Amino acid sequence: MIQLRGVRKRFGAQVVLDGVDFDVQEGETVALLGPSGTGKSVLLKHIIGLIRPDAGSIIVDDKDVIRLKRDQLAELRSHIGYVFQNGALFDSMDVEENIRLGITDEEKYNDMAYVRERVRQCLGLVNLQPDLVLHKFPAELSGGMRKRVGIARAIAGQPKYLLYDEPTSGLDPVNADIIDALVERLAAELGVTGVMVTHDVRGAFRVANRIALLTGGQIVMQGTPEEFRASRHPKVQEFLERDFDTSFAA
Amino acid sequence: MPAATLDPRAAIGNAVIDAASHVGRLSYFTLEAIRDLREIRIWWPRMITEAWNIGVGSLFIVLLISSFAGAVTALQTGYQFTGSIPYYVVGTLVVSSIILELGPVLTALILAGRIGARYAAELGTMRVTEQIDALESLGRSPASHLVVPRVVAGLIMIPVLTVLANVTGILAGWWSVRLVLPVTDADFIYGAQSYWRPWDAWYSVIKSIFFAGSITLISCYMGFSTQQGAQGVGRSTTGAVVTSSILILFLDMLLTRLLLNQ
Repeated sequence: MIQLRGVRKRFGAQVVLDGVDFDVQEGETVALLGPSGTGKSVLLKHIIGLIRPDAGSIIVDDKDVIRLKRDQLAELRSHIGYVFQNGALFDSMDVEENIRLGITDEEKYNDMAYVRERVRQCLGLVNLQPDLVLHKFPAELSGGMRKRVGIARAIAGQPKYLLYDEPTSGLDPVNADIIDALVERLAAELGVTGVMVTHDVRGAFRVANRIALLTGGQIVMQGTPEEFRASRHPKVQEFLERDFDTSFAA
Repeated sequence: MPAATLDPRAAIGNAVIDAASHVGRLSYFTLEAIRDLREIRIWWPRMITEAWNIGVGSLFIVLLISSFAGAVTALQTGYQFTGSIPYYVVGTLVVSSIILELGPVLTALILAGRIGARYAAELGTMRVTEQIDALESLGRSPASHLVVPRVVAGLIMIPVLTVLANVTGILAGWWSVRLVLPVTDADFIYGAQSYWRPWDAWYSVIKSIFFAGSITLISCYMGFSTQQGAQGVGRSTTGAVVTSSILILFLDMLLTRLLLNQ
């Protein structure tokens, strides 16, 4: 279980998170919606300890992320897969080496037979043909393929949690649908708990059990997709209408 | 970054706070790297690759510049002292200048440009494209994967390049002085040996180790501290070269005072 309480973060004079309370129950997929630049990715990075809050607490599996020592934090991170917005693949390594780094168990990481098998499995899970991409470098892949390799790396260590940072941003609708389907499939097949940061309302409604809206540094609404759609909160209405306009215009 | 101000006292205060904050973060960064030395299984293979890149990649430019430095030192010595002091002194001056100063300092300045810029740009790009965050998110230490291999490779290869630069500079000086001055090989060797102290060679190597540490640590730190995209990478790269070059000159003076003028 992930639990954030009163999380505050400012960068210089700009307050990004202003007392955020946010919970994720085991087994569910939560979509964190919000306009660009409202601190959704910052919130996600707090969960994995990449950013420290100015105030508040972040509890993952009963562990206070802020108070963990370096080795304890590394251990916790080995149970969390993080999918970065642009893949964040290591450009000096090929696809196989990139995914291998996601194998967080040191014994398995050094067992090359296991590595080869696991890398192929993960590529299969993200609908990529291993023989076509295994020895390609990130620069040789398309944007959608890089995102999928990023997801394959995140799941290689068989994590309990998957955090997706804008997995469909910058993709055309067809590729965005492929990624959304993938997120759904991973939740169903692997049973992982997921948090997906996105500003794509359609994708959020498709994959999430619960949706939260972050705006003005706070979570202003969270609930099931039905509750979210029915909400009369002005910020929710504004967000839904804007997304509808954008989709319609496109 | 503190806001720009026209008040000189505030500007100096901001600069001091900024510098102190960098020193603090650099110290912490260095401690992290020292702590991760124990993860030899991770950094050793990467260190070999980096050492190869530094050594082979920089060999040509280091030898080229040191040979010109040796030749010019020999020719200028001949020009300045012809008719006033014995020719064998050319051997003394070439060997001393190259080993004590030109070999280690020129090599370090060249490598601050070549290696320092590369490290800062590589790591800066990794920072802005979230590759360093990705390493951390996988529970892996960026220091043992990215910093330790580069620093150890520098600490090994920069002294080796310095020794090669010293030898090349002396040989180039010897060869060029024979072309333009009536200095025999015996004269040059006699001059070289007359004021030779084995400590000078150690001093040269010790200096190069300090220079290697500052080039690699500063460049890696600058790369890790990169912010704000391509512009930030450019700033870090320039900052790495300028800061390491200044530090090399400062350490040069400090080590000369500490190791030679006791």
